[in-house]
Parts: sequence; C-alpha cells; structure tokens
Amino acid sequence: MTTADLIGKILQVAGGLAIFAAVIGLILFLVDKAPKRSRDYFQLAAFIGPAILLLIFGLIYPVIRTTTLAFFSRTGDPVGFDNFVWAFTQPDAIRTLVNTVIWVVLVPTVSTAVGLAYAVFIDKSRGEKFFKALVFMPMAISFVGAGIIWKFVYDFKSQGRDQIGLLNAVVVAFGGEPVQWLQSAPLNTFLLIAVMVWIQTGFAMVVLSAAIKGVPIEQMEAAQLDGTNAWQRFRNVTVPGIRGSLVVVVTTISIATLKVFDIVRTMTAGNFDTSVVANEMYTQAFRANEPGRGAALAVILFVLVLPIVIYNVRVLRTQKEVR
Amino acid sequence: MSVTPVDLPVTKDGLVTKGAIEFAEEGQTKVGRVKKRLTSRGATVAALIIAVLWTTPTFGLFISSFRPADAIRETGWWTFFTNPVLTLDNYQDVLLSTSQSAPQLGSYFVNSLSIAIPGTIFPLVIASMAAYAFAWIKFKGSGWIFIVIFALQIVPLQMALIPLLQIFGTILRPGQEFLHDIIPSIPEQNFLPIWIAHTIFALPLAIFLLHNFISEIPGEVIEAARVDGASHMQVFLRIVLPLALPAIASFAIFQFLWVWNDLLVALIFSGGTQDAAPLTQRLAELTGTRGQDWQRLTAAAFVSLIVPLIVFFGLQRYFVRGLLAGSTKG
Repeated sequence: MTTADLIGKILQVAGGLAIFAAVIGLILFLVDKAPKRSRDYFQLAAFIGPAILLLIFGLIYPVIRTTTLAFFSRTGDPVGFDNFVWAFTQPDAIRTLVNTVIWVVLVPTVSTAVGLAYAVFIDKSRGEKFFKALVFMPMAISFVGAGIIWKFVYDFKSQGRDQIGLLNAVVVAFGGEPVQWLQSAPLNTFLLIAVMVWIQTGFAMVVLSAAIKGVPIEQMEAAQLDGTNAWQRFRNVTVPGIRGSLVVVVTTISIATLKVFDIVRTMTAGNFDTSVVANEMYTQAFRANEPGRGAALAVILFVLVLPIVIYNVRVLRTQKEVR
Repeated sequence: MSVTPVDLPVTKDGLVTKGAIEFAEEGQTKVGRVKKRLTSRGATVAALIIAVLWTTPTFGLFISSFRPADAIRETGWWTFFTNPVLTLDNYQDVLLSTSQSAPQLGSYFVNSLSIAIPGTIFPLVIASMAAYAFAWIKFKGSGWIFIVIFALQIVPLQMALIPLLQIFGTILRPGQEFLHDIIPSIPEQNFLPIWIAHTIFALPLAIFLLHNFISEIPGEVIEAARVDGASHMQVFLRIVLPLALPAIASFAIFQFLWVWNDLLVALIFSGGTQDAAPLTQRLAELTGTRGQDWQRLTAAAFVSLIVPLIVFFGLQRYFVRGLLAGSTKG
C-alpha cells in the first residue's frame, strides 16, 4: 500500500461522510422551510423516505426478483420448477439440504444447553464476569477468524510426524492414528458444527444468565425451604422463569445457523460433503454461473425461516395490542 | 491472553443473596448440606472444563502467531511452554512485507475501517430518523409498514444479493463513471456499493430497536415542545437524539462488529482487490490458497481479531446491552 492509496481511501471515507451529512442536513433544512399547508406531509416523507426507499430497492424488490429468477435457467428461459426439482433430486443438492437440517437441529440445541448449563454453574460464583467473558469472547470474533482458529485445531500431519493440530495430537497421545478430520465425511460436518456451537454458546449464555438473574429470589428460597434439590429447583423454578428468553435464544440461533456461510466457506469451501444451503447458494449463483439455481436455494432458505418470521410478527402484534 | 477490564465479582448484592442462601441452609439436614456441596463442586468442575475448552483454541492460535515459522510447522504450539521462542517476524511479514506473495494486510486493514465506519454511521442516522417517524408522527398505515420492516429483519441476505448486484451494475456503476468523467477526483470504483449494501441490510433491525427505545420517551416532553411550535426536525435533533444516545451507542457497537466481521457482503460487493476488499475477505482467500502457511494465517487472523477484541473488552457492557435488546440480524 502506498501513501497515495492511503490518502485516497481516507478522502473517500471523508468525502462519503461529508456528502451523506450534506444530503441529510439539506433534507431536514428544506422540510423545515416547506410551505405551512403541507408541511406535515413533507416532514413525514423526509423522516421515513430514505429508509423506505432503500428498503424497497434493496430488500423488497430483490426478494421478488430472486423469487422470479428461481424459475429461469442460466440462459434466461423460463423452466418452471426445474431449479427446485434439481435442489431436491441431485445427490449433491440433497446432501446440502440434509446438512442444513443437521446444522439447524444441532447448533441451537447444543449451544443453548451448554450456554444454559454454564450460566447456571457460574451464577453468583466468584469471578462470574471473568468466566462469562471467556465463553462470550468468540461472539466478537468473525466467523472467518473462528474458521482459521478451528482449522488449526483440526490440522493433520501424516503419521510419524509431530501433529501440530490439537485434536490429532490428543488422538496420537492416546495411541490412535491421526485423522484428516475435515476430509472425512460425515464427521467433518459435525466438526464444522462444533465451531458454530463454540460461537453461539456465548450468546445463549449471556442472554440466559440475564434471565436467570430475573427469576425472583423468593421463589428459589421457597423451593429451597420445601427441601428440593438443585436439579428440582432448576427444573421447576428456573426453567419456567426463563421460558421467554429460551425461545428468543433458540430462534435467534436457528436463524443464524440457517444462514451460516462464512464457516463452511473458510474451512472446507463446501467440499467433502460439507456444503449447506447458504454456501451452495453462493457457489451456484456467483461461482458456477447458475443464478437460477442459486435463487432457488435462496427461496428455499427463505421458506425455512418463514415460520419464524410469522411467529415473531404475531408476538409483536400481541405486544402492540397490550400497549 | 490479555483479559483486561472485567469488574471483579462479589458485589454488595451478591453478598446479600449469598447470606440469605446460607441462612436458609442452616435448617437443612447434614445429608442435604453434603449433597448441595457435592453438586456445586461438580458444577465448578464442569464450568472450568467448558471455560478451558472454549479458550484453548484461541489461545493456541495466539501463541502460534508469535512462534517462528519452522517451529509452527514442526511442533505443536503447546511445546512452547517447554521451549519458548518468540518472534514478531510473522506480524512483520503479514503487515509490512511488500513482496507479491505476502498477505499485505495493511491496506486491507484500512479497507475494513473504511467500510465499517460509514457502514455504521449511515444506517444509524437513517434508522433513527425513521424510528422517530414511526414513534411520534401519526400517519395512515404506520402500523403495518412497521410490521413489514420488522419482518424484513429475518429475510436472508441471500435473497437480496443477485438483484442488488444487478442494480448496482446497471445504475450505480455507470452513474459513477459518468461523474468520474466530469470530475476526475471522484473515483470510478470504491466502497460505495458495500456502504449501501450494509446500510440496507442493517436498516430493519436498527429501525426496530431504535423505535422501541424512542417510543419510550415520555410523550409529554415531545408534545410540550410541539405545542410550543417546534417542528419535527427540532424535536428530533434537540430532544429525541440526545435522549436516545445510549441506545444508538449500543447498536453502533453491534453494527460496527457486524460489518467488520462480515464476509458475504464483502465477497459480493467489494470486487475483491486491495482497493476495497476487507480483512475477512483476504483471510478467507489466504486459507484457500495458502492453507498450510500457518505462520502467516495465525498472525493474519490476529490482526483481524484485534479490533473486535478491543471493542469487545472495552465496551462489553454496552455490547451486552445491545445484545439483550434483541438480536435477530440477517
């Protein structure tokens, strides 16, 4: 990188920010000076106009367009449901769908379970915040960084040489033979899932820990006086008390898992039977030049998250009615 | 690893509750007390195991990034404890080396910053304006438009990528080239598509969260100002923005980390060259082409992790607050 490049980039950022500030400032200024009669209308347009325009062009139109694209071939001819048929019949594509299902079942359950257990174990213990930070830290790390961290753990050297990957070193230390972890299906999918669990557990732990602290202390004490043991108290007092947060955690992690892309991309690039829908969508649309198939996979992804969207909208509406 | 400002435990509150529990335990039988201690010892061990499992991989990478290339290739990072050799060569190589094969992370680091700063500011400004309108300007259809925006949060990014790229290709690119021909100082190719993409993808969640916060501001304050003849703009700038600052700050941290850590949007909209591609993209590229150059990968990974880790440990409190406020982000 030369100094000229650096200055050029700084100017770009400064220029971009300045133009943005000028445009927003101008909008607000003009609206304030708008004719009295229709001022309310102008004000409304100025406040929600930019957001609505961006969302229409950047999300709503693309969603409709992608949906139609899914019914066309790479040459632009309408092909009906062929792309979807491909997604549900080709062995590779089926593998992708099955993998996605495995991810969505395992990641939310395991990370929520481990996160909850950890939150309960360290609750009110000495050094709680420190212990929380340790497990929470992966949340701040990019999926790409996490991919590299774990690729190093899974590293393989042929037998006889010193293993530099922790997992193979442990296997060899116990007398086993080193394994090419990331190449051996179906084990590799589970090893990739472990990375996602590693990241999401911290999220589950922090949210659930906050919820546990919200469980009334009186209920715990009352249960304790009744002679219940720790497990009974956990089952009958803590879990019902944090049910709402549990639902939020599981749905949030499920959505994140459905869309997981970076981990698969960095660690195996979807080879060795590890691909998932989000990764395959990218491969088809931007590498294999099959936008129709990519769009079909995106639509499948959308259909998979749709129930969660509907559920959330219903919760939001009931909340609004209560208010 | 440098785990710095974590408040030490045993708050006043904790002491009080602990006392209460001990008090309650006095009434229990001896057997009961032993049982309780046992489970809690088991819990402590389990918690320690989880904590070790969760930190070891990162720690191993961190140690490795300071070991000489030969040592990394031939021996595991744990041998460092018996045979400690430290070097900064790896960092020098990935950051400063100008050789063609080196990662040259310096310019990608600048790119990441150049993407993340506007990528945080733009959506926050636009979203806080919209959130204000949804909370305090009464208009027809406000309810259902808000619900549509809320639902958009969960639309997978993948749905928007292909058409958005086409829009950029047909409108943005030629427009910018046209401007470049008139005023040569406007660059032909740059961060603009990534900024716009990140802004769009951040809007639904940002509007929803900020709306929740802004609508909690007491109505009397805003109505009083309106009665006094203040316009919406004045109310927004003088009353709402200052009051909403904590919420805006915690979302800003979240958005900054999200943009910094993003790979998918960058892959599609950056063009992939040193001119605009961020660190994550370069890292993904390196793992693909130089998957066994661990001396480079380890150091490069830490270069990309350093900013999120500083943000995380420095602003953990706000980060957690933003997280708890709701977090279904596409």
